[in-house]
Amino acid sequence: MIAIAERINGQFLDVKAAIADKDPAPVVELAKKQTEAGAAYLDINVGTAAADQQDAIKWLVETAQGAVETPLCLDSQKPDVIKAGLQVCDTSRGVLLNSTPLDKKSDPEVLDKYVEMANASGGSIIALTMNVEGVPQNVDNRVAIAAEIITKCMELGMTPDRLFIDPIILPVNVPGAQEQPDNILAAIDQILLMSDPPPHITMGLSNLSQGTTKRSLINRTFLAMAISHGCDSAIIDVLDEPLVDVVATAEMLMNKQIYSDSFLKAYRSMAGGRR
Amino acid sequence: MPLPPVKETYSGQVNEITLGGGDRKSVTIGGAKTIPHGGDREATGRRPVIAVDVLDAPPEDWPPVLADAYADVLQDPAAWATKAVETVGAELLCVKFDGIHPDKGDRDADHAVQVTRKVLEAVDVPLILWGCGNDDKDNAVMPKVSEAAKGRNVLLGTVTEDNYKNLTAIALADSHFLISQAPLDINIAKQVNILVSDMGFPLERLVMFQTTGALGYGLEYAYSIQERECLAALAGDKLMAMPQICDVGYEAWRAKEAKISDEDAPEWGDAARRGPLWETVTAIALLQSGVDIVRMRHPKAIARVQAYINGLWGSDA
Repeated sequence: MIAIAERINGQFLDVKAAIADKDPAPVVELAKKQTEAGAAYLDINVGTAAADQQDAIKWLVETAQGAVETPLCLDSQKPDVIKAGLQVCDTSRGVLLNSTPLDKKSDPEVLDKYVEMANASGGSIIALTMNVEGVPQNVDNRVAIAAEIITKCMELGMTPDRLFIDPIILPVNVPGAQEQPDNILAAIDQILLMSDPPPHITMGLSNLSQGTTKRSLINRTFLAMAISHGCDSAIIDVLDEPLVDVVATAEMLMNKQIYSDSFLKAYRSMAGGRR
Repeated sequence: MPLPPVKETYSGQVNEITLGGGDRKSVTIGGAKTIPHGGDREATGRRPVIAVDVLDAPPEDWPPVLADAYADVLQDPAAWATKAVETVGAELLCVKFDGIHPDKGDRDADHAVQVTRKVLEAVDVPLILWGCGNDDKDNAVMPKVSEAAKGRNVLLGTVTEDNYKNLTAIALADSHFLISQAPLDINIAKQVNILVSDMGFPLERLVMFQTTGALGYGLEYAYSIQERECLAALAGDKLMAMPQICDVGYEAWRAKEAKISDEDAPEWGDAARRGPLWETVTAIALLQSGVDIVRMRHPKAIARVQAYINGLWGSDA
């Protein structure tokens, strides 16, 4: 599992305050704790509060990468913010650009921009199965958009091993959204058949349980289901121990890790090394 | 539109380790980035190495075909080691301390230390120093053997799930390499590696050993597990990325097909050819699984397997 650790995000109040005060301590601590917990990438998201997002992401990137060796996942829907982050990011350790849809009304070439930035830095991208019409509500449209993304990426010189497809999880308690988790699993099955090697499959897991009463349980149950369908990455709270236990167990049951009596410990000691 | 490459690629690799060195000869094993004969010559890593067995005491149960090959040196481990290097062409020796086993002479630590010192003096190839398999005796004797070989970068064997603390601690203190053993069980193999690693022993200094099965006696189990261990290493499992060793000599010569005399089985063919062939076929079959060190005994079998290795991996790799 390529675990992308979600906590360095300006939507969390501690990080929001750290960005506002330029106080490195909370960011450094989160970078270290998440790395120890097995993060393969640290997500870096300035949130919406920062007055100057480009300035904020530069500061976050420099602060996080100075604290740990873990590669970063630059998280913004705005190419200019990603670009600013890349200017100061040590991409020699790898970098993931998170995220772009296939296209959008305001920016039809947005995928091209992310691919070009990733190609220039030797990094990877997360592409959402989403287009000008928004998030598809069924399996077929998700799969069709994924096919277009894979094709376009290959035309632009990005091989599928550097492409993470995110089939987009919506909160399960949003009206009409309860059929989406099953749709996503069906879409994953088909997306993995589209190329060899297949693209990675990732997801912003915590979104699934927004506003529910059993967040961790819902997250980890669905992640186990997704892993059984070939999902090999997720943006998760790596500090959620039961969740990481489920990842270790699901991967072991899928024969991706050899069982040993200490398999939970083995997973943690190896996680992060697998990127 | 560029097509992505369709060949099998692996993200991990088998650790590369160098035994010996310093003022002595060295041998480097491991390093594979693909399965044996997986396509890329440069990705297959170091060629496998034969470790020629030298026993600390004269073997009591060797069949004549095998014992005759070393008849002049069976009483003297140093002379045996010299012969293995100079006549048989060994670049790695495995000194097996069968003679300390309570049922096989029960020799003491002084004996084992003397054997170690003499062999180290007699030859300058790297050594494997392998206990008798009796936990209590190994715990009493092998730490002293380790100490006697301090600084020589030897490979010490073996630690198991139930008995790993003593030898791990002493191998760590003396900077040796260590063999983790499992009874034809990949899950236990991983567990032993974790236990040893928990004591602070570097994973990069471990070699894995699955109790070997000879041709006709479980070879396919050993093969499957060794192959799966190799694939786990190639898939990036750092806890399974160690080079592997197997014990062909001992196992092949336990088989009745290898050791039974011409008088007892005249229809089975000439025993002088049959035994070495049994050992040869066992070794060559197991080499396909991705094993890095093969312990062997009969000079004829060793020569055949060495020729096979040279032919496929090249003699200079």
